[in-house]
Amino acid sequence: MAEIRLDQLAHSYAANPGQASDYALRRIDHVWEQGGAYALLGPSGCGKSTLLNIISGLLEPSQGRVMFDGESVNALSPQQRNIAQVFQFPVVYDTMTVHDNLAFPLRNQRQSAAKIDERVREVAEALEIEHLLTRKASHLTADEKQKVSMGRGLVRDDVAAILFDEPLTVIDPQLKWRLRRKLKQIHERFDITMVYVTHDQLEASTFADKIAVMYEGEIVQFGTPRELFEYPAHTFVGYFIGSPGMNLCPVTLSAGGVRLAGCDVPLAEDVRAALERHSGQRLMLGIRPEFIQLVACGESPLNARVDLVQDLGTYKIVDLLLEGPDAELPIKVRVEEDHAVPEGRVGLLLPERWTRFYADDLLVEVDHASA
Amino acid sequence: MSLILEHIDRTVSGEKHISDACLSLEPGSFNVLLGHTLSGKTTLMRLMAGLDTPDRGRVLFGERDLTHVPVRKRNVSMVYQQFINYPSLRVFDNIASPLKLARVPKDEIERRVEEIAAMLRIDHLLGRYPLELSGGQQQRTAMARALVKDADLVLFDEPLVNLDYKLREELRLEMRKLFRSRNTIAVYATTEPSEALALGDTTTLLHQGRILQSGPSDAVYHRPASAEAASLFGEPPINLLEVTVAGSELRIGQTAFPLPGPLGSLDDGDYRLGIRPSHLSLTPLHDDDLEFCVEVGVAEISGSETFLHVASNDLELVLHLGGIHDFPVDSAIRVYAPSTKLFVFDASGELVRAPSLATE
Repeated sequence: MAEIRLDQLAHSYAANPGQASDYALRRIDHVWEQGGAYALLGPSGCGKSTLLNIISGLLEPSQGRVMFDGESVNALSPQQRNIAQVFQFPVVYDTMTVHDNLAFPLRNQRQSAAKIDERVREVAEALEIEHLLTRKASHLTADEKQKVSMGRGLVRDDVAAILFDEPLTVIDPQLKWRLRRKLKQIHERFDITMVYVTHDQLEASTFADKIAVMYEGEIVQFGTPRELFEYPAHTFVGYFIGSPGMNLCPVTLSAGGVRLAGCDVPLAEDVRAALERHSGQRLMLGIRPEFIQLVACGESPLNARVDLVQDLGTYKIVDLLLEGPDAELPIKVRVEEDHAVPEGRVGLLLPERWTRFYADDLLVEVDHASA
Repeated sequence: MSLILEHIDRTVSGEKHISDACLSLEPGSFNVLLGHTLSGKTTLMRLMAGLDTPDRGRVLFGERDLTHVPVRKRNVSMVYQQFINYPSLRVFDNIASPLKLARVPKDEIERRVEEIAAMLRIDHLLGRYPLELSGGQQQRTAMARALVKDADLVLFDEPLVNLDYKLREELRLEMRKLFRSRNTIAVYATTEPSEALALGDTTTLLHQGRILQSGPSDAVYHRPASAEAASLFGEPPINLLEVTVAGSELRIGQTAFPLPGPLGSLDDGDYRLGIRPSHLSLTPLHDDDLEFCVEVGVAEISGSETFLHVASNDLELVLHLGGIHDFPVDSAIRVYAPSTKLFVFDASGELVRAPSLATE
């Protein structure tokens, strides 16, 4: 059981890396606290697997240190690091029984038979696979096998952390949520640091208390599911979390606020002041489709015409084109079931509480106290 | 012209894959086949394309009987789950290949390839080879090839399934726009209800080789003919509870509720009550809402919404809530089913009552 600290990590697969794009990991400073349930979320190619392999010791980083409880483990082999890993495809010994699969790591440590048996039963009970203990692993279903892989990580009480790499890929959709629930219960019971790597936001936020979102070799935000949804720290987080993602529209500063597609959007003084400090940068307004309010034309300076409506049963996604003197800007709005979708032209209200601004893709912090 | 299937059967090595399929698809329509894995979607599409011949029944295109006309004599294209492109040909030549086969003049080929590539936003990639492209770009190349030749019938067999969800979101929208102004019959197979709703003018529900129901997508969604149809057309699936009506009482497991007003006209007997996950709520809306005391299994949060799994001794329910809600595992809560949103099916599963669609 350990706190895992990543200290100025960077990694390149190139022999002589030059520019930033040569790096699979650009610069990672990060702490996974002991006992936490974490997810590492990002699209394919963002560097998730590279980072995981560096933590487990399968890959040596080009720069920086991996520390367990304050001690560098860079020089330690994967075995010495005591990390348990659960992969996409279950790794079990097909010819052994479930009991022997679970007992295997303990037998390697030469523990007593009585102690091994007690621990195997405890873990099997927690995973609800006690009834399978005498079964050969080759006869198990994919989800049962994946539970056995997890169990092998859980039986050792000296494990520093368990790393999961897309563990539910091969599991049937109906069983996925049961296994996710099991994982969460296991985490609460065993008090082990767990890191869950996935590109699926649903899996990440179901399992983890805090999620690290990775993009182009960097962790662009580390926060709770709610923080990622309500306060995306980077435009990528806004886009990647939520379906559809956040609307991100270029804006320029104007006298009392910003100009959006050539229309004036007035802003509170403190927001305007915060944006002023980023005046040389590329500014964007971000608002999630759920938070835009549709009103009659004329009730808002922002008007749009309805381009396409996708009715998804429980809600509708309305594609709008914001009409401005400069350009037409596509905007998505989410309308809940039981709410009518207007036809033709509509007015848009952007509630200030849910409107964010980004300068060169980073969230502009507003200091409300100064207003 | 319409594509018509008349009482189609298809048996493969003794196993019936399609039973008595009847369907009529209009030109210019986008039609979704919705069903689980192995429900017969691909088999049905192969019959439509002429890749296979039915054991019974006829395939008509307008007046013309196509039943025994092989695929290469029909004007059909197909897009598969796997991205199928010619690896040795550049994107341009991949897209142009059906036109070259049809001996279309060179300048027209160029014009049409560029037009379709621009629509699918791969016009800047025409000089590349497929393996130099991302998965989404490869699938767009395959789609462009299927669309470039103006087929009478375009078949999509789960084309987005191997892409990550952000790409699917984008491609779904593109496809819808692409077909808006075409006279083609599009057929799109998927396992996902949301794709049927987002894409389909019509939805056909397929289950174990049988068509459960077919019609305009929103009508099928709002008035499922049976509990099976309702369960297939919803993600998460509709909650189904075995209930008994006895006089003014509604019994669910060990618990008795006063019979809610909208169900007042039901005769005594056994029913199945259907409640869509999105209609369950954490706060009561009406006096006669059904109130359930349950324990939280797990809260699944998907960025902008929460799927809450709960259970009691009598029932298991899934709630689909807007926004982010976090509940500790095993905490006790109350959930409410609005009486106005209840579906009722009889003991055999036939629809007895669907909630009215009036917006509140």
